[in-house]
Amino acid sequence: MTVTDTLRGEVALRNLSKSYSLNGQVLQVLRHLDLDIRGGESLAIVGPSGCGKTTLLRLLAGLEAPDGGQVLIDGQAVTGVGTERAVIFQEPRLLPWLTVLDNVSFGLDLRGLSRDEARGRAMRYIRLVGLGGFETAFPRQLSGGMAQRVGIARALAIQPEILLLDEPFGALDAMTKLTMQEELTRIWQEEGVTMVLVTHDLEEAIFLADRVLVMSRDRAEPPRLISNDLPRPRDRSHRDFVDMRRQLMAQFGLH
Amino acid sequence: MSIETLDTPRPRKGTASRPSVLPLLRSRLGWLASRYGLVAGFLILWQLSGPLGWVSPAVFPPLDKIFAALWQGLSSGALVDDIGISLQRAGIAFAAAVGLGIPLGLLMGQLPPVERALDPILQLFRQTSALALYPVFILLLGLGEASKVFVIFWATLFPILLATIGGVQEVDRKLIEMARSYGAGHLAIFRRVVLPASVPAIFVGLRLSATTALLLLIAAEMIGANKGLGFQVMNAQYNFQIPLMFAAIFLLAFLGLAANALLVALQRRLCRWSVADR
Ligand SMILES: Nc1ncnc2c1ncn2[C@@H]1O[C@H](COP(=O)(O)OP(=O)(O)OP(=O)(O)O)[C@@H](O)[C@H]1O
Ligand SMILES: [Mg+2]
Repeated sequence: MTVTDTLRGEVALRNLSKSYSLNGQVLQVLRHLDLDIRGGESLAIVGPSGCGKTTLLRLLAGLEAPDGGQVLIDGQAVTGVGTERAVIFQEPRLLPWLTVLDNVSFGLDLRGLSRDEARGRAMRYIRLVGLGGFETAFPRQLSGGMAQRVGIARALAIQPEILLLDEPFGALDAMTKLTMQEELTRIWQEEGVTMVLVTHDLEEAIFLADRVLVMSRDRAEPPRLISNDLPRPRDRSHRDFVDMRRQLMAQFGLH
Repeated sequence: MSIETLDTPRPRKGTASRPSVLPLLRSRLGWLASRYGLVAGFLILWQLSGPLGWVSPAVFPPLDKIFAALWQGLSSGALVDDIGISLQRAGIAFAAAVGLGIPLGLLMGQLPPVERALDPILQLFRQTSALALYPVFILLLGLGEASKVFVIFWATLFPILLATIGGVQEVDRKLIEMARSYGAGHLAIFRRVVLPASVPAIFVGLRLSATTALLLLIAAEMIGANKGLGFQVMNAQYNFQIPLMFAAIFLLAFLGLAANALLVALQRRLCRWSVADR
């Protein structure tokens, strides 16, 4: 699919528009959006509720089609879901009748990998997210954070070029969330994937992202891009981090 | 900031936590008593109520008489025949209802237009008592086996059909979307998500259907049969063989319990993932 390695996981939005009809009214959620995401980059999308973050992510995933413009992945127009992309939803969305191992193998089985190959690869990602020893557990036997990690392992197992995350840690407690953010950073660095992360949490955006896309409630106003050059590993209590946070909060008129 | 570590008392050696047998036994007995105590009390009361003069032993014969009649009926083979024919009627009807109800329910649950078209007529059929239709079935199919099996089948079809439709419609849309995002097509989504997710609802329908099958079996056999447990209940009463009548009633109750237990066991095997719901 890709010609050169440097192109892997590159995303381009070209004049992207999407509207919904709601009670007979047309609601323009995204209008003429242009954006380039580099392969291997980590981009966060923040903005007030209802501004269209999930909509944008669903368009990237191919779960929905745009009204105008297109999404290009490695130069190819997106026409539907594709296995070079994996979505991590706000909820783990595990199949309750499958064990952790079988849940993580889900995408691999669909691709027709042999059972052994699929289970072998799934095991590797189960260990990567720190759940070694839980492969025979059922989802109801897991904590919220563990279940979310299974969802992440399932997405990583198909070895996507692009990881699309919609508030993946929104439902987790503050402690687990911090741990998961560290783990996600490590995984992102190890796997070299492109990451697009929707979040409500500005600190999370600064901790994880190379650039932050700020969408506003007023749909006429175009989104802004803020680059984040803080060195990694990032320290939440470092002066520059706090500065960055203040800058981002100012974007929303907060202090 | 100061940090303090809390001491946890360590278990002493020797008094290790090996559970002793006595409390275990006691808790088991307690469980048995709480679960089956009332049944046992009921049976004891029954046995004693005749001799104590509370009820007429002619109407409520003591249990030993009933079991004697049961034993006699079973060893002479008379009741065995009745059990056989009853099981055959209910079994064929149940199998046919399941064989039609589950596939049709899966189809209707998956395809809203089909469901929309069929739902009104199904509701109409369902609300018409099967027993009210029995004379119609007899007119159509004669007084033989066919009409009996059909009336049982008719009543048994609806619980399993409606439960299956409901099960399919209630599958979490988010799971379906998840599967779609991994590239699953219609068939894969059906096989890997919709079908397994519907299994618990289907089992609820199966158990309702099994109960219905036995209910209709008895009614059908009481109306126009010369064999079968339902017939035996009526016939024994008619001939004033009250112990035999109760023996047949107990057998019917036992069949119901056995069918339910079988389905519960099957459900446990198939739905180990869900919290054991009954
Ligand atoms: N299927 C749909 N039909 C109609 N309107 C929709 C649909 N999906 C989303 N919308 C509308 O589009 C707008 C953007 O929704 P979206 O889910 O993208 O917001 P969001 O930025 O993800 O919000 P949140 O932070 O609360 O998740 C909302 O006003 C919503 O009402
Ligand atoms: Mg959203």
